[in-house]
Amino acid sequence: MSILVDKSTRVVVQGITGRDGSFHTKAMLEYGTNVVGGVSPGKGGAEVFGVPVFNTVSEAVGKKGANTSIIFVPAKFAVDALWEAAFAGIKLVVCITEGIPNKDMVEIYHYYRKNGIRLIGPNCPGVISPGLSKVGILPSQIFKKGNIGVISRSGTLTYEVVYHITMAGLGESTCIGIGGDQIVGSSFIDMLELFAKDDETNGVVIIGEIGGRDEEETAEYVKREFKKPVVAFIAGKTAPKGKRMGHAGAIIGGGESTAQEKAEYLRICGIKVAETPKEVAVLIKDELERGR
Amino acid sequence: MNIQEFTAREIFKNHGIPVKNFGLARDVESAFEIARGLRFPVVLKAQVLVGGRGKAGGIKLANTLDEVQQKASDILRMELKGIKVKKLIVSEAVDIVDEYYVSISLDRMKKLPTLIFSKSGGVDIEETARISPEKIVKYDIDPFYGLKPFMARSIAFHVMDEPQKAIELASIMMKMYDIYRRYYANLVEINPLAIDRDGNFWAADAKMIIDDNATSVEPSLETYRDIEEENPYEIKAKEGGLSYVKLDGYIGCVVNGAGLAMATADIIQYFGGKPANFLDVGGSSDPAKMKLALEIITNDPDVKVVLVNIFGGITRCDDIANGLKSVLDEIKPRLPFVIRLKGTREEEARKILEPYGLTILEDMEEAIKEAIRVANKGGRENEHIG
Repeated sequence: MSILVDKSTRVVVQGITGRDGSFHTKAMLEYGTNVVGGVSPGKGGAEVFGVPVFNTVSEAVGKKGANTSIIFVPAKFAVDALWEAAFAGIKLVVCITEGIPNKDMVEIYHYYRKNGIRLIGPNCPGVISPGLSKVGILPSQIFKKGNIGVISRSGTLTYEVVYHITMAGLGESTCIGIGGDQIVGSSFIDMLELFAKDDETNGVVIIGEIGGRDEEETAEYVKREFKKPVVAFIAGKTAPKGKRMGHAGAIIGGGESTAQEKAEYLRICGIKVAETPKEVAVLIKDELERGR
Repeated sequence: MNIQEFTAREIFKNHGIPVKNFGLARDVESAFEIARGLRFPVVLKAQVLVGGRGKAGGIKLANTLDEVQQKASDILRMELKGIKVKKLIVSEAVDIVDEYYVSISLDRMKKLPTLIFSKSGGVDIEETARISPEKIVKYDIDPFYGLKPFMARSIAFHVMDEPQKAIELASIMMKMYDIYRRYYANLVEINPLAIDRDGNFWAADAKMIIDDNATSVEPSLETYRDIEEENPYEIKAKEGGLSYVKLDGYIGCVVNGAGLAMATADIIQYFGGKPANFLDVGGSSDPAKMKLALEIITNDPDVKVVLVNIFGGITRCDDIANGLKSVLDEIKPRLPFVIRLKGTREEEARKILEPYGLTILEDMEEAIKEAIRVANKGGRENEHIG
């Protein structure tokens, strides 16, 4: 098994005719993802790498049975794309787009929650269940089917960590980039709840960073009820307070913890925290072997 | 994006929130001129984007024009938390009888705007939350309905004894919410919201933070940024599509991806080195971005060695190498380079860079240790390239 995406995933690509949309449609198809349609208003009837293009998401749902959407459209139009996916009945939306204002995200967030729609992102690399499906832009070649769940607020740092996990002879059940914005659709805890029920996930790696309190709440949740081993890495130890480190969400705000304080809190809650990406793989391997 | 007080004051004024008459001065003469047109006493406030200006001595009261000259001159010679003061506000002072705290901010955990009121004005809200949390009233705003006037009134009647004051407070809260929405703010704060001897409300301070993401849909918001207060290289980087933050070390970093860039700086520190910066060149392999990145890093006098850390996923290492090659050919930096390339097309990338005799490694930790070693050996002084 895996979480979120598998062989039953039927993807519609919103913004399929754009540069990134078409490039990653090709990459997803090559990986074996079931991309059933694309959307580009006004370009219905066209094809992108053999994938039919529709004018609306509803058409892709009605005609092709799409159940998952991936959004590549530019920030200015991404909010509308998020609403369109929701109103078309899509139940899992992965939003790659960066730069969506918080003002719009608070509405999207609460609407999606209320209506049982899961959102990954925005400003994220997406989701991959190795060997089954990829709905995102993650580089497939570094992943290997296995039993480690990976949840991250970052992109390339995730690849670095996954590379070491794979090199250590382990593999991944599902890897999710939840996004680097201040407001994202899914939290670490949302993903841990799914991993808790997934028989093929034996341990989870969390890649957090400065900004917000998500890591602290996750630590409390893990201590309270998550039974599988968890190893974490927290980025931003050298970040000055109040400075944004690339991601919109990576900023130590008023009253918020530093990376060191987050790491310390995770440790207090019984989570092993690695100092380098390589150490993440070492620690999770240790944890799994001890658990046996 | 942190907004200066003088800008936030202007916005408040335009939206009907009461602020005292004021002007912005860059030198003693203009401070004097502004003060001549104001009712005394006046307050002089350093305009720098750091908290705790008052405690650091950046806010002074002046009773006469002579005092204005003396104190403006003092303030303009100050450094507050390492930042040189370039300008100040001269404002009519509020004869404060009572002071409160009011803000509307984004609650990242609840994913909602929250209105916060406290009877302890003039102190940090975090401080109040720690010492006397019972003084704080929090009200979560439903993003779909917004803050309705009756909601603001019910909060105000709850916290104010005089009905007329409550109605005025509610009106200020509504204006703050309007500003919060219009300007895509993450924070609109008045601390203190003062009441003077005549019973009038005044925003004695004005603070705003604008959502960085909003500028991608509302580019005009960029006009509220005080460019003068930002590191010129950070501005240049931003214009070129890079994220750059200057740090106080000596290992210059060029990394693809924000998370990996943060981790690179962290691990340099973990192994005993000091990063000179955070720099994310982004996911693309655009040679123009690589060029700008290297220009910024090699122009930083603190940098002794340049560490390029690329994990190629979607980004191809050979594209990065080509970008690097064109930069090395053109700007011929006189600094040692340590390059880490891993992932898609790393072999091709090595071949491209081979003629330059650079240190190219595969492992991130090894590359970081090597960069520290080179820097400790003297870096800039001892090694040359090109």
